[in-house]
Amino acid sequence: MSTAAPQTWDEFMEGVWRQNPVFVMVLGMCPTLAVTVSAINALSMGAATLFVLVCSCGLVSLMRAVTPKEVRIAVYIVIIATFVTAVDYAIQAISLALYDALGAFIQLIVVNCIILGRAEAHASKNTPLPAMINAAGMGVGFTLGLLALGVVREVLGAGSLFGVALFGAGFQPWVIMVLPPGGFFVLGAWLLFFAWLERRKLRRAASLTEAGQHV
Amino acid sequence: MSAPSANDKKVIPIAVAAAAAPPPESPTGAMIRSLGLVSAICGLIIVGAYQGTYDAVAANKRIATERAVFKVLPKAKTIAEFLAQPGGGVSRVGAGGTAIPPGSVKFFAAYDESGKLAGIAAEGVGKGYADNVRIMFGYQPDCQCVVGIGVVAMRETPGIGDKIITDKEFLANFTALDVKLKSDLSALANEVRTVKRGSKTNAWQIDAIAGATITSRAVGRAINDSAQALLPRLVPNLDKLGSKS
Repeated sequence: MSTAAPQTWDEFMEGVWRQNPVFVMVLGMCPTLAVTVSAINALSMGAATLFVLVCSCGLVSLMRAVTPKEVRIAVYIVIIATFVTAVDYAIQAISLALYDALGAFIQLIVVNCIILGRAEAHASKNTPLPAMINAAGMGVGFTLGLLALGVVREVLGAGSLFGVALFGAGFQPWVIMVLPPGGFFVLGAWLLFFAWLERRKLRRAASLTEAGQHV
Repeated sequence: MSAPSANDKKVIPIAVAAAAAPPPESPTGAMIRSLGLVSAICGLIIVGAYQGTYDAVAANKRIATERAVFKVLPKAKTIAEFLAQPGGGVSRVGAGGTAIPPGSVKFFAAYDESGKLAGIAAEGVGKGYADNVRIMFGYQPDCQCVVGIGVVAMRETPGIGDKIITDKEFLANFTALDVKLKSDLSALANEVRTVKRGSKTNAWQIDAIAGATITSRAVGRAINDSAQALLPRLVPNLDKLGSKS
């Protein structure tokens, strides 16, 4: 596979936009709904997942020639669990408060279907560089997805953004938004928005071709 | 009626599917080799990550503990960790995570700038609404009372149960909560109890937060259980904590 610039960009943008794991593929909903109570949690969860994705896809791709297909899932899981453990230690070293906030969801990155899906569907069939670029795109897409939820939920549910109060003391927080139901509300609203965007694009394309025929 | 008609479409196997020969089976040796290789690489990475972050993680945990103690005992500048043994008596434990023997209670002695004992801090656990509520409370030997609390860990409902951190009226319960011992030092003279909001009459009672009674009760129970276990052993040995050595 060529790694020329347009191809690389395409590889990267697949995860960020066309196949966005949160809004298009609707994968990894467990951390998406659970940790997005604040923007900083969403960002750190996204960064942790991004790191695990890139590293494990790189290693899976490097090992693809010596991995017999019968044991490939075991190999992928060991590789993914390794990098999750490394991230787990790193987050404890950076901030214990953040570690407590993310809770079990750091360890649960092991079973995040985005990562295993990338390893199986892409990294095991490509050379390391495109595999890592594609994984980075997915990771960035996932991070953006989490941020989209986290920002909305924190602003509405706590009246702050990245911990900075936005509205002053008079603001009555919309508490349900940082509770579990709020995750579903915000996710639903975003999915609705992207579906509407997609439809509008199709309608415009259709009316354009129609116009073209009339001319 | 349902006899097969002649128009039934037959699915004709297409050559494409058959063209790809089944891939040859991998030899056992190759499987073991690749699993061994990947385990070796991953083992190295994990051990490296653990070693690389060990100091930072330990320092973080120490800072978190110190911060929790300093919050409930604002005058404290340094802390030392002690164990109250089951048979009475206290012993100093070194920094780091030595295992706590069963029956012992861990507590922290806090010292002020001049090295004098500024108070005792200990953890307590109570069952809250969602999970255990773990709190740290400061104990002042002079007045035999609890002088401050902080939350170590909880999963209470945001906006309701987590008011125990912010609610000023609730926190006012813990400026001088009475935990005096009986004259024979066997137990608390009065159990610490959480009572309905507005019905606090005695210094050993805690006024609950309206709407967050379960979490308020968890705090009361956490203090009571921990104080019942710790204070009868601690108070006779206060002089042993002395000043910072």
